[in-house]
Amino acid sequence: MKVVSMINSRLRSIIYKEFIQIIRDPRTLVIMFIMPILMLFLLGYAATNDVRNIPAAIFDQDRSVAARELIDAYRAADYFRFDFDVSSPEELQWLIDSGQARAGLIIPPDYGQRLARHEQAQVAFILDGSDPTIAATALSAATLIGQAKATAVLRATLETRGQGGSIEAPVEVRTQVWYNPDLVSAYFMIPALIGTILQYMAVLLTSTSIVRERERGTIEQLIITPIRSWELVVGKLTPYTLIAFFNLLEVLIIGTLWFKVPITGDLGLLLVLSALFLVSTLGIGLLISTIARTQFEAMLLAFLIQLPAIFLSGFFFPLAAMPPFLQALSYLVPLRYFLIIVRSIVIKGVGLAAVFPEVIALAIFGLLVMGIAARRFHKRLD
Amino acid sequence: MTAITVENLHKSFGSSQAVAGLNLTVQEGEIYGLVGPDGAGKTTTMRLICGGFQADQGSVSIRGCDVAKYPEEARAQIGYLAQRFSLYGDLTVMENLRFFAEMHDRQTTAWKSRTQEVLAFVGLAEFADRLADHLSGGMKQKLGLATALVHRPRVLLLDEPTGGVDPVTRQDFWQLIIRIVSQEGVAVLISTPYMDEAARCTRVGFIHRGRMIVEDTPGQVAARLNGRILELAGEPREALRRVATSATDVEDVQVFGDRLHLRVKVGKADRVLAQLPQTLQTQGVTVQRIRSIPATLEDVFIELLES
Repeated sequence: MKVVSMINSRLRSIIYKEFIQIIRDPRTLVIMFIMPILMLFLLGYAATNDVRNIPAAIFDQDRSVAARELIDAYRAADYFRFDFDVSSPEELQWLIDSGQARAGLIIPPDYGQRLARHEQAQVAFILDGSDPTIAATALSAATLIGQAKATAVLRATLETRGQGGSIEAPVEVRTQVWYNPDLVSAYFMIPALIGTILQYMAVLLTSTSIVRERERGTIEQLIITPIRSWELVVGKLTPYTLIAFFNLLEVLIIGTLWFKVPITGDLGLLLVLSALFLVSTLGIGLLISTIARTQFEAMLLAFLIQLPAIFLSGFFFPLAAMPPFLQALSYLVPLRYFLIIVRSIVIKGVGLAAVFPEVIALAIFGLLVMGIAARRFHKRLD
Repeated sequence: MTAITVENLHKSFGSSQAVAGLNLTVQEGEIYGLVGPDGAGKTTTMRLICGGFQADQGSVSIRGCDVAKYPEEARAQIGYLAQRFSLYGDLTVMENLRFFAEMHDRQTTAWKSRTQEVLAFVGLAEFADRLADHLSGGMKQKLGLATALVHRPRVLLLDEPTGGVDPVTRQDFWQLIIRIVSQEGVAVLISTPYMDEAARCTRVGFIHRGRMIVEDTPGQVAARLNGRILELAGEPREALRRVATSATDVEDVQVFGDRLHLRVKVGKADRVLAQLPQTLQTQGVTVQRIRSIPATLEDVFIELLES
């Protein structure tokens, strides 16, 4: 009992000291609280695959009612925004070359006439393929809208011939999207951002805070005190763990209130598993601090680890699309497991059972990294 | 009681041997001065004694407590002032003291009175709320001393505590050390590059390349060269120095302001005193003064480094 109270008091002193130091450095403090918000807004808006309002040009040589109807069909779906109405192929070419337009719809002069004669009418749709994401979406949108229009025209034609009403497509695929029916990227990205920000803050803050003692020479005075290694480590990690958790709350609150990401699953479970994830990231931070001699070195090392970890976590690019070697490598990245957990809980609303393998993997990883780091961390100068 | 016992201590970094078979004992109530050129192994020795480094070989014990086996028990008795300022610049004087007091002292209530005591002792009471970064160099060292003393250590390790500190503050600092030793009977191991400071110690040890070369009271160490140091003054100084350097039986010539200190071979002082003035006069040098003077620690230091 007595022993516990002694340890607590020493631990409390370190935590207290650490907090004073954090508060005395207001600029860093501001960065610590602003950075997640900044990242959230940047990625919440920028890291989106929702392609909408692609600037497009129309070269309508027909100017018939039928042509108007076709254009309206394209307009109705908000994939394209027809900003330009051109009157020559050269003009269209220029707009796409200069990047002002990314797509162009060319309607030939005889479009309306051919339709009226029930002949096949051709229109051209030109796409700028330099950005594959935009081009892929635009391509499928252009084709689908075109086909829908064609079906409508066909149906109208048959109706006028007195065969209407009996036309049904032989096969109809009814797609049904679960969990995120509108396919909003933010629903996918923002939960993942929770993991990324937690990792980023925890690794960076913990590694530099311990190395700082070494760099400033204060470790020399600390070493001769009877403080135990684990007290030093826990005492130094606690304030940053709290800050990282605060960051987590920031992201959750802004994510739900601003980006309207609904948290379908159990918030409590999410927080508990976030804490589990923090153990492994703090372990990485601690490990860096046993290697780096200066804060600069620690930051570089943190960066060296973070960037590949983020790419291999499935944050931006789906793991399934990666070559087998990188997929294998991704099993070494704790963020990978956590992203699955956080996305599953937030988007699908699943319980612990559904993410159990990931939770186990995360726990093993956390114990392993913490163990190695703790073994390497000595209360010595050499 | 023996406060510090160092036996056959070894420590190397890569291929360089920083400490190579060092033996050292410091008694309670003693101020032991560790002197030696830069890179002699003074700081490494200090760090080995407080357990900051792990020895490759040999042992250190603090009041009978083996540092390798019982590091925390040994450290509890050590107050350490590192060569480099190693307190928190972004904490105030009081916050630093309190922090280290709490790190050492297990009862949270006890730190207050002792903190006030050491703060008053080093004369920083009125700067209690100043950030450590805003203290002058000398005040930083005093805060370091206060921090080292806050847990009532029985052994004080001071690694070049007066480096870069003005003479008045150095004087203050030494008065503090002497008072700690006389009032509390602690043992002090102090390393210093200043020979006048070494002369104030109870005993001094010269270390070179990680080994103890000579160890004795300052008087006895200086006495090694007694009768072998001559003071010489004359004009023109250029010629004086040239002739003195090449004179027979003169081992070394050092310039001390307007004078030269000559170190002569053992038993040759009388002969040099008799012959050198004549030699100088034939070379056109007017001798103003030549006499035998007591050797200083500095003379011995130079002699030890050359041999």
